[in-house]
Amino acid sequence: MRLSRAAAIVLRQFYLLRGSPSRVFPLFVWVAIDIVLWGFITRYLGTITHQPGMDLLPALLGAVLLWDFLTRVMQGVTMAFFEDVWSRNFLNVFATPMTITEYVTGLVLSSIATSSVGLVVMLVVAGAVFGLSMLVYGAMLVPFLLVLFLFGIALGIIGTAVVLRLGPSAEWFIWPIPALLSPFVGVFYPLSTLPSWMQAIARLLPPSYVFEGMRTIVSGGSVSWTTVLMGGGLAVLYIVLAALFFNRVFRLAVRTGLIARYSAESVS
Amino acid sequence: MAESSSNPPVLSVRELCKSYANTVAVDGISFEVGRNEIVGLLGPNGAGKTTTINMVLGVLEPTSGTIHIQGVDLSKRRSQALEYTNFAAVYAPLPGNLTVVQNLRYFGMIYGVQRISERIEALLQEFDLVRFRDTKCGVLSSGEQTRVALAKAMLNRPQLLLLDEPTASLDPSTARDIRARIRDFTANGTGGVLWTSHNMYEVEEVCDRVLFMSRGKVLLQGDPRKLPHEHGKATLEELFITVAREPLALEHP
Repeated sequence: MRLSRAAAIVLRQFYLLRGSPSRVFPLFVWVAIDIVLWGFITRYLGTITHQPGMDLLPALLGAVLLWDFLTRVMQGVTMAFFEDVWSRNFLNVFATPMTITEYVTGLVLSSIATSSVGLVVMLVVAGAVFGLSMLVYGAMLVPFLLVLFLFGIALGIIGTAVVLRLGPSAEWFIWPIPALLSPFVGVFYPLSTLPSWMQAIARLLPPSYVFEGMRTIVSGGSVSWTTVLMGGGLAVLYIVLAALFFNRVFRLAVRTGLIARYSAESVS
Repeated sequence: MAESSSNPPVLSVRELCKSYANTVAVDGISFEVGRNEIVGLLGPNGAGKTTTINMVLGVLEPTSGTIHIQGVDLSKRRSQALEYTNFAAVYAPLPGNLTVVQNLRYFGMIYGVQRISERIEALLQEFDLVRFRDTKCGVLSSGEQTRVALAKAMLNRPQLLLLDEPTASLDPSTARDIRARIRDFTANGTGGVLWTSHNMYEVEEVCDRVLFMSRGKVLLQGDPRKLPHEHGKATLEELFITVAREPLALEHP
């Protein structure tokens, strides 16, 4: 693998971001608004509920921050890919010596850069305006972020593969994926609230382990490393499955001529 | 590294087929492109030209047959084989939201171009693009976009240059300029060109050899200046029309 080819994908994103406020603002504006909105909701709920041993700020606002981070990671991958869709650049990109591994690595590196911006802005706003310190999660903060990052990458790769398979108009299947998953992973409530069939699905989703662990820490308990490893192991498994899925879809696209066809078609 | 011989043709296509469920798009064609040679791939719409080019570019998998670029088997060592190629096609414009220089740097990195800044500057000069260097490609005229696409196609000094209707939508003066640059490319280097066009005047002027395709097969090949007379036609255009309308007459003379 040549890293310079993956770096070309990142450079392209940098060029696009540098010259386009409409691409830069979404990196931090929506997440900042989310944090402000949920910060005030949390503050209000804090005045009307008094549950001993439960701090709403890290439980609710922290959950929003972590969930937005996962969403931004996923969108970091898909947005970098959609730039090629929107500019009908498939043929130019895939008729080069660049391998699929190099291409996907470039998308992931782009996502690391863009999602980091969102994360920093969220941490600053949540800390400065509402006094939330993520250090309340202790040593588990890093594995929590890592699990969410890995799962966000997996979702992003799956999303790009779906668009590669179904065509440019399928991007509208991709945007709602985080919203579809959020009820299952218990972002705002314990998994025990869910009916048993939803709990069964939740156990297959890495973020469930993060949000359950987060609530355990906030209520004074401790999270076992087994729980974190379960989440991390599942996230790695999803990355592997996503990579295999993308590779399979790409091979199908080469066999059936989808890549050439998408370049010739308008985005519709 | 060459697999078949020490000095292979830049492109060798053998028994190439592409079929879909009920359609045979390319039906067992074989041809070569030699060094310093411009080969025209001609035929009516739907003859299989673009399908053939897409297979050579590695974005469409053949049903059977082999493609060797610079002696390297495309199906086995795709990345290495594609390092020797580049292309420009009217239906594959460069991203319009990047400037000329940004596009050239982006693709230069993908093709692993050494001393990329120097190479970009040289190509800006060569294709008369210096004044557009910081202009977004999307706002350039058709002729200017074609020049950028050709500059991108020359970035890695390809041994095999694939041009799919590179002068379509260009005015005669710009088209002549582009043809001159392509001829310079083959005259001054060691590369070869596979060129498709519907402009028979252009083909006669530029190509050393032409392949006439119809219904997925190569029906005729030869010198574009002699081929019409060999088949009782006054011009290449007449021959083209015969290929398009009565291919069986040429297939079974």
